[in-house]
Amino acid sequence: MRAGIRAGLPFALPVFAIGVSFGVLTQSLQWTPVAPIVMSAVVYSGSAQFASISVLGDGGTVLAAVLAAALVNARFLPMGIAVATSLKGGPVRRAAEGQAVVDASWALANEGGRFDREILIGSSIPQYVGWLVGTILGVVAGSRIGDPKALGLDAMFPAFFLVLLVGEIRSRRALAVALGGAGLALLLVPVVPPGLPILAASAAAVVGAWRA
Amino acid sequence: MTAVWSMIGALAVVGAVIKAVGPVLIGGRELPTWAVRIIALLAPALLAALVVVDTFADGKSLVLDARAAGLGAAGIGVAVRAPMIVVVVGAAAVTALVRALT
Repeated sequence: MRAGIRAGLPFALPVFAIGVSFGVLTQSLQWTPVAPIVMSAVVYSGSAQFASISVLGDGGTVLAAVLAAALVNARFLPMGIAVATSLKGGPVRRAAEGQAVVDASWALANEGGRFDREILIGSSIPQYVGWLVGTILGVVAGSRIGDPKALGLDAMFPAFFLVLLVGEIRSRRALAVALGGAGLALLLVPVVPPGLPILAASAAAVVGAWRA
Repeated sequence: MTAVWSMIGALAVVGAVIKAVGPVLIGGRELPTWAVRIIALLAPALLAALVVVDTFADGKSLVLDARAAGLGAAGIGVAVRAPMIVVVVGAAAVTALVRALT
């Protein structure tokens, strides 16, 4: 578990910064201070939270907002299937352990298709703390803090994922799958709701596994 | 605020269910070989998609902005085998610099 926490620590900073911008944004939408903090505590998904409040802010219904967030989080379906055999215990415990799946923890725990359960759960902890503390700071300090984007912290995510991706490319097949997944996602960005392009990239893995 | 609270409640449930489906339905069962082969290739597919979407997408539009410069810097860092933290902080610094200049 310790090794997982250590592996997750570098992600706490960008997650914290994005949590701050989330907190700031909700206050500009006149939310009560408690709501965004509770939301970050029980939803714990930056992309889904931003997607849903933007739908609601644009005058959409609650159902539309929840649907948008569900699509954004749809990638956790294949990720959850992938980690399933590496978790422990009965259904309830497995369901609980599955909550530790976020992009970075899933990628860090991945060892060529098997998953290190302790890295998965451990690396999720500092990100959860960073997300919650960032949200609280954003709510409390509001617009008095500048835009965290000015520090370029949002660019840390693709950079992290690039480093992890390069580690995964150990064969020509993996390279082809990566290129296919990236290409498919980019093609779909303008035509389907946010979230689906990443889910659809799974198809590249299916095609890659199928072609001998 | 009623709408906000019902949205938060629904999201908490929906999110938890999405993450629980795989672990609960599959449990500890060994997966067939074809599924294992797909799972082994899931990381390159999803990570590559996350890289390009986090860099080039803004909602439903494709954009070329400061993040692309940051990713370029990260690419150079990876190519010269810089430590992960250097790659990531470098990407943030380049992105911040481009944002400050434009």
